[in-house]
Amino acid sequence: MRRRVVWKEEACIGCRLCEVYCVTAHSRYPGDVLKAFKRDPDRPVPRVVLEEKGPVSFALSCRQCEEPECVKSCLTGALGVDPARGVVVVDEQHCIGCWTCIVACPWGAIRPSRGEQPVAIKCDLCLGRLGIPACVGNCPNEALQLQECGKEG
Amino acid sequence: MQYVIIGNSAAGIGAVEGIRRVDRANPIILVADEPYPTYSRPLISYYLEGRIEETGMGYRPPGFYTENGVTTRLETKVERIDTELGQVVLDTGELLPYDRLLLAAGSRPVVPPIKGIDTEGVYFFNRFDDVRALRSQVRHGCRAAVVGAGLTGLKAAEALAHLGLRVTVADISPFVLSTILDATGAEIVRGHLEESGVHFLLGTPAVGVTGIPAAVAGMKDEWKNLKEKYRKVLVRENRVDSLVFTDGFAVPVDVVILATGVRPNLEIVEGSGIAVNQGILVDERLQTNIPGIYAAGDISEGWDLVTRERRVIATLPNAYKQGEVAGINMAGGNAEYPGGMQMNSVNFFGLSIATAGLSNVDDPALEVVTRVDSAHRVYRRMTLRDGRLVGFICIGDVGRAGILTALIRNGVPVGGWEERLLEGDFGIIDLPVEVRRNWQLA
Amino acid sequence: MAISMRTAPYRVHRDPDRCIQCQVCVRQCANGVHRWDDEEAEVVSEDRECVNCHRCVVYCPTGALTISRSPLDYAANANWRKPDIDQIYLQSETGGTLLTGMGNNRPYPVYWDHLLLNASQVTNPSIDPLREPVELKTLLGRKPDSLELKKGTLAEPVPPQLELEVPVMFSAMSFGSISLNAQKALARAAIDLGIYWNCGEGGLHPEMDPYTGRVIVQVASGRFGVNMDYLNAGAAIEIKIGQGAKPGIGGHLPGEKVGPEVSVTRMIPVGSDAISPAPHHDIYSIEDLRQLIYSLKEATEYRKPVGVKIAAVHNVAAIASGSVRAGADYLAIDGFRGGTGAAPLRIRDNVGIPIELALAAVDSRLRAEGIRNQVSLVVAGSIRNSADVVKAIALGADAVYIGTAALISLGCHMCQKCYRGKCNWGIATTDAYLSKRLNPEIGARRAANLIQAWKHEIKEMLGGMGINAIESLRGNRLALRGVNLTSRELDILQVKAAGE
Ligand SMILES: Cc1cc2nc3c(=O)[nH]c(=O)nc-3n(C[C@H](O)[C@H](O)[C@H](O)COP(=O)(O)OP(=O)(O)OC[C@H]3O[C@@H](n4cnc5c(N)ncnc54)[C@H](O)[C@@H]3O)c2cc1C
Repeated sequence: MRRRVVWKEEACIGCRLCEVYCVTAHSRYPGDVLKAFKRDPDRPVPRVVLEEKGPVSFALSCRQCEEPECVKSCLTGALGVDPARGVVVVDEQHCIGCWTCIVACPWGAIRPSRGEQPVAIKCDLCLGRLGIPACVGNCPNEALQLQECGKEG
Repeated sequence: MQYVIIGNSAAGIGAVEGIRRVDRANPIILVADEPYPTYSRPLISYYLEGRIEETGMGYRPPGFYTENGVTTRLETKVERIDTELGQVVLDTGELLPYDRLLLAAGSRPVVPPIKGIDTEGVYFFNRFDDVRALRSQVRHGCRAAVVGAGLTGLKAAEALAHLGLRVTVADISPFVLSTILDATGAEIVRGHLEESGVHFLLGTPAVGVTGIPAAVAGMKDEWKNLKEKYRKVLVRENRVDSLVFTDGFAVPVDVVILATGVRPNLEIVEGSGIAVNQGILVDERLQTNIPGIYAAGDISEGWDLVTRERRVIATLPNAYKQGEVAGINMAGGNAEYPGGMQMNSVNFFGLSIATAGLSNVDDPALEVVTRVDSAHRVYRRMTLRDGRLVGFICIGDVGRAGILTALIRNGVPVGGWEERLLEGDFGIIDLPVEVRRNWQLA
Repeated sequence: MAISMRTAPYRVHRDPDRCIQCQVCVRQCANGVHRWDDEEAEVVSEDRECVNCHRCVVYCPTGALTISRSPLDYAANANWRKPDIDQIYLQSETGGTLLTGMGNNRPYPVYWDHLLLNASQVTNPSIDPLREPVELKTLLGRKPDSLELKKGTLAEPVPPQLELEVPVMFSAMSFGSISLNAQKALARAAIDLGIYWNCGEGGLHPEMDPYTGRVIVQVASGRFGVNMDYLNAGAAIEIKIGQGAKPGIGGHLPGEKVGPEVSVTRMIPVGSDAISPAPHHDIYSIEDLRQLIYSLKEATEYRKPVGVKIAAVHNVAAIASGSVRAGADYLAIDGFRGGTGAAPLRIRDNVGIPIELALAAVDSRLRAEGIRNQVSLVVAGSIRNSADVVKAIALGADAVYIGTAALISLGCHMCQKCYRGKCNWGIATTDAYLSKRLNPEIGARRAANLIQAWKHEIKEMLGGMGINAIESLRGNRLALRGVNLTSRELDILQVKAAGE
């Protein structure tokens, strides 16, 4: 079952709490915003991109495409689809940061990580970290939802 | 039904995955002349540099072949194809019958017209074997010359520089990355590489490689000792010593790397009746002129949706995607390849460069907008044809460049807001609402 | 420019140990209190613009922010209090009328808090609403003087009624004074709850079409948005004569606020001032009011109730009586604590009378005149909780309107700056960026939750009194006792003192 986070443009208020909680969930202190920001020296970058123009905004993250350009374009095989969990995953050990995925992703949903040797990072739906994605669970205006989509979705 | 795939790289693996989307049962035999399980060719520079080891080279995880019911015939070369009998002739003398055949034998380096290429210490930079050999030969402080300032050559130069070699890159063109960058972009990249310690000799062709003359063997002992002590390279006869240019100018070197481009491995189809031009000609289903025989990857000449002609596109994403479509069709599915385009993303010493489509073409029929910030090494160039994006260069900031790639692929009219594409924070939200609402891949 | 003598009324405290520089506060404050300082590379706050709306406090993911009243005060003075002095400074700077939002905040007595409810002990058993039904259904509208049955059915049809599952409705708040999202939230909640919402005097925005089944449409002195479709859309029509927060005063929506959305809704050109005159210029007498009531009834073929909303003023009982005689099917009476999107401060704080006294007076008067059955009474003006509802019904109301409480359920933090149009909670604003902050789905859920909760509490209180239908409480002032009230007040309320 393919799953992804979908946004409601009319409800996104551009507060960027999704980013705060995304960073926290992927930090060393997944449950503690304060520690994630104050104590994690390798605090990750958010995997969600807040797009904003005038009053319109939305928090975009990986669409977990049915035919993922990033996976097909990955030079090393680091990107793949995890069929059991229905998400596109990056093997960060295997990524060499060539950014071919970034140039391939039509949504601009992949980012370089921080650090000496940055690797591609993207929304992993917080799998293995939290029950529901941190952005969804903490969106104060319910602008983000976890959607399960069939083949065509 | 027996599938035979020649080639164990991106296109071949794409085909395995394509076939298995449709047919999980019938056997697949995969033949390749290299001895390794599928590996990522672009990783060879990272291997050379020592950033990854052999175990990290895999393009797919170790269990891949078993999981996909693939029988591999590695270290086995295909000599030719007998299209009449439906057989592949192997170098072992075996005949391998096929029902569906994929030609994914890729490309090989172009041999530049340089004298003395067989001198020891001269390497190509294309296969894992090349860099395995090279890695054992390079030491901190060695001098290396790279012939060819293309992507591969510069990746080699970067790796060697990281290893502490003194690297000179030579190219006949006055600009680096001349196939994908324009002069402005090339100068930014060259500046960055120079600052990172790479030297350039551009605009003059290298014409020869000279080896250490036999006389060296009779060198004074104290000299020999010194040489061994400091160069830490075994001094042997006929070992490369310098790279010579047209005007007689020569650069002293310990290794030479040849990286002047690739051309399709067409030998295997000689005499088979399979139609070729620069590469093997394929239709939108990746089939050759002979039914049941498909071709994909660097070996093929398929549709380029930007240039609107058939062209060899030697990039890995194109190879995989063509392979996948070919595989689906081989297994009886029905997939069409919308066409590929030149698309590259690469970085050197932390400077990212992304290009796609008609990235550097100057043509009165094309409209070009640029924005440059040389001080920060940030550059963007957008090329439009009939109000639609057909190519771009992004240097320094490639974030979200995939949206641009998709604009090209989807043929979205961008006339009127093309300047916005030059800004680093260009995003999905900048697309016209109706485009944004239907934003999917064409 | 001369220095301003006004000082910041609030102080923003940022705990540096907790602030993670995420800048959520910066983006949430439409007043520009928080900003990112590039040189310091940190978020800094400017107290002066803070209105104490708590938006940043609630949104701060680490609880790094608190706001307090500024400790700065003037020399102690029981006569010249701080607001008195501050207001003089402000008026000396601007030369203008002071504006404010929401209801009267002065320390006048709150009569609800001086009224106590009865409960059953021994002689009459109380009812447990979890086990036995307690009926809250309420019908608003003119009731016939008598009922005649013909072969078991009513001889004549009952005049049109509004049917409420709970005797609480959302009071008139126009699009313009509140955001479209706020209206949607209340409208959805009203539908879910089986009650009614009131679109106010600003017309009906096309996006409100799905919610018209339970809307009361207003016809006010500006006649904004009034046409046949509008009248037909309403479940009832309400003629707005006055508003508790600003009796005797019209309304003025400045042209800048009349954007394209407000313009279509109000049926006025973009950018033109929307002026609601103080009086209806076609109503100068009860007879004129009757004209309008019957015009509206004619126009809608007597299919829906037509009500009249008046502010609670000194002669409210007489006006109520006249209105009933003019044909009003229900009367909405808005007390002096009623909310507003914008009102002159002096009017809000000094005009009108408390709803409790007005209600008692009106109910008594209509009973005395024998016309109480001809009208339903809906009261408004600071109904804060379910106990206020029960007390209002015992004092004689059929139902209540809530405005402020409804907005608080949506997130209003009572900063009283509605008139600025920069509501950080997305409620009292038409700014597209700010309006989004109120997700109508969440708002509807919260407003519905509030009324559901009140419903449970009302049943509990009724059950405690041994009453199993709200009908039986209506006007039953024996259910009330007064504390701390003068005998004159008790007389007016017609409530006995506690212990009597
Ligand atoms: C150093 C380097 C860096 C690169 N970087 C990038 C990059 O950043 N981005 C990018 O898009 N592309 C890059 N490329 C190009 C990319 O690697 C190729 O486009 C891609 O590998 C093509 O895949 P392919 O499957 O078509 O063929 P190849 O990768 O060339 O593989 C051919 C396969 O066929 C087999 N074979 C060949 N001849 C025979 C025969 N006669 N019999 C049997 N088997 C045979 C080989 O063993 C091999 O398995 C790079 C290449 C190199 C060398």
